[in-house]
Amino acid sequence: MYRYDEFDQDFVKARVAEFSDQVQRRLAGEITEDQFRPLRLMNGVYLQLHAYMLRIAVPYGTLNSRQLRMLGHIARKYDKGYGHFTTRQNIQFNWPALSDIPAILADLASVEMHAIQTSGNCIRNVTADHFAGAAADEVADPRPYAEILRQWSSVHPEFSYLPRKFKIAVTGAERDRAAIQTHDIGLHLKKNAAGELGFAVYVGGGQGRTPMVAKKIRDFLPEADLLSYCTAILRVYNLYGRRDNKFKARIKILVHETGVEEITRQVEAEWQELKDAELKLPEADIQAINAYFAPPALRDRPEGDAAVKQARLDSKSFSEWLDQNVETHRHPDYAAVTISLKGIGEVPGDASDSQMEAVADIAEKYAFDELRVSHEQNLILPHVARADLKTVYDALVEIGLATANSNLISDIISCPGLDYCALATARSIPVAQEISRRFASLERQREIGELKLKISGCINACGHHHVGHIGILGVEKKGTELYQVTLGGSADENTSVGEIIGRGFSSEEITDAIEQIVDTYLGLRLNPDERFIDAYRRVGPAPFKEALYAGETKAA
Amino acid sequence: MKVLTANRLSDGIAVWYADGGWAETVGHADIAHDKAAEDRLEAIGAAAGANNEVVDVNLIDVTVVDGLAEPVRLREKIRAAGPTIRTDIGKQANPQPARAA
Repeated sequence: MYRYDEFDQDFVKARVAEFSDQVQRRLAGEITEDQFRPLRLMNGVYLQLHAYMLRIAVPYGTLNSRQLRMLGHIARKYDKGYGHFTTRQNIQFNWPALSDIPAILADLASVEMHAIQTSGNCIRNVTADHFAGAAADEVADPRPYAEILRQWSSVHPEFSYLPRKFKIAVTGAERDRAAIQTHDIGLHLKKNAAGELGFAVYVGGGQGRTPMVAKKIRDFLPEADLLSYCTAILRVYNLYGRRDNKFKARIKILVHETGVEEITRQVEAEWQELKDAELKLPEADIQAINAYFAPPALRDRPEGDAAVKQARLDSKSFSEWLDQNVETHRHPDYAAVTISLKGIGEVPGDASDSQMEAVADIAEKYAFDELRVSHEQNLILPHVARADLKTVYDALVEIGLATANSNLISDIISCPGLDYCALATARSIPVAQEISRRFASLERQREIGELKLKISGCINACGHHHVGHIGILGVEKKGTELYQVTLGGSADENTSVGEIIGRGFSSEEITDAIEQIVDTYLGLRLNPDERFIDAYRRVGPAPFKEALYAGETKAA
Repeated sequence: MKVLTANRLSDGIAVWYADGGWAETVGHADIAHDKAAEDRLEAIGAAAGANNEVVDVNLIDVTVVDGLAEPVRLREKIRAAGPTIRTDIGKQANPQPARAA
């Protein structure tokens, strides 16, 4: 994986020193909160309901065991023994004291981590396919390009005060696991007919109160032009993006209001001025970054086939976990493992300090020291020999992280909601927990099949509800929590925004409603291979509305 | 009825104005029963903000239950107790009223 060079290390160290000084001055009363707020946000420090919250960047979701161990250490020493992995592949701590944050940042810097640009109207942590470098269907590893974007966007003087925050995602496979079409810029790394690498470029996707699917503005951008083209997009946005209304300031609104053709024309015109200048990526530089992401030396381990076959016979639960949480690797003797942070009734995305340390140990011993955080709030071991899968599984059972529910209904994305978040209007985690408990039976979940359920506790949509096959949005109505259901959303290569199905449900009703939706789907699907989203696209909302609201004389 | 709440600058912990200081629990917070009392609390909050003791100062609605102030809105109830999903942490884990520094 990427290692800091001297420049990176000095830069992060200098930033820690700078922010430590700002914290000291704030605590001493030398600067006001109004002066301090933008500074703390630039360093990932929010003020939430109960305390400060620190959001730490995990660039493109890639971690090594040393870094995960450090996160466990921070959870134990400075927080309340746990951390929360987020949909931007980051981690948040919910209880740090402001006075401890300089020490936390110094600890992070010692393992090449930081919290820079995890907030504010700048280019945020660039995300990538969590199976990058391992997936069998990958054209090329997207992470080197995500790293190039990280270097370019870090404290970029022109793009540090954008109209609004800006999110970029990169995938290297046709099957989109990085939800690129829900991003301000989505990049699909692919090869053209001549076998050259480049990107399909999508612009103007986003969720929040105005969900939009990104529009493809270029089918193939040569890799060398990555930065000049992104700069052109950002320049057009920075110039014309609305600053008069926070709710209309994202690039999706600009794209929508200007029109795809005109935006494309503007970007291309800007790009013509830039493309042959200093932003053109030299081949040697691309190679140098690529070298950091060279795959580990995966020696052949053909004994894995027999080992897995035998272990399957010995253990039904291992067999189910293999079916659900183990992904095909480009090397036939290896697999990519999803460590579910969605135990039945647990808080989606939370991991304790000791779990983090134990997972770090497993990664070090059995996964070439590599880990990923997925935007679906799970951890990934990208390279595990099939011969070691049973050992890894047993180790995960020990720490309560062997739930075999990847991509099933209990593998829920949930924002922190009103239990933590100062912006939330309703709780989301308890809803996730109750649905998870209702569908606790793995047999039942497997019968239902792939079902992406996503929950947000306010219209900002951090829980990605718009693109859930089933989405739940919590709002406050007349002083109580009300949950609105959307159906038919999707965050893959066929991204769609879900449709509101009807009146909302109270916290007492919502789990029954979800069960009703699922039962309706089971009753109408053509066969067990027809996924929920496919069935919904075939039949539309009517049967679900009928099931949920039949007999109601009027819409609330 | 309203009480004055904020987050303590140094550690961000939610606090409520009570008896001339900032308490870590809401129960014994000073209650404003009329506009004049609200204005007085607001002035105290503004001064405490300016004095860098607390941040994010707000007046919130409360009722009185068994002689103790209790927030009306769910958001403030959760702030006063802790996450509803982790009753082992936050103020609810340690119900003894404590006096903030």
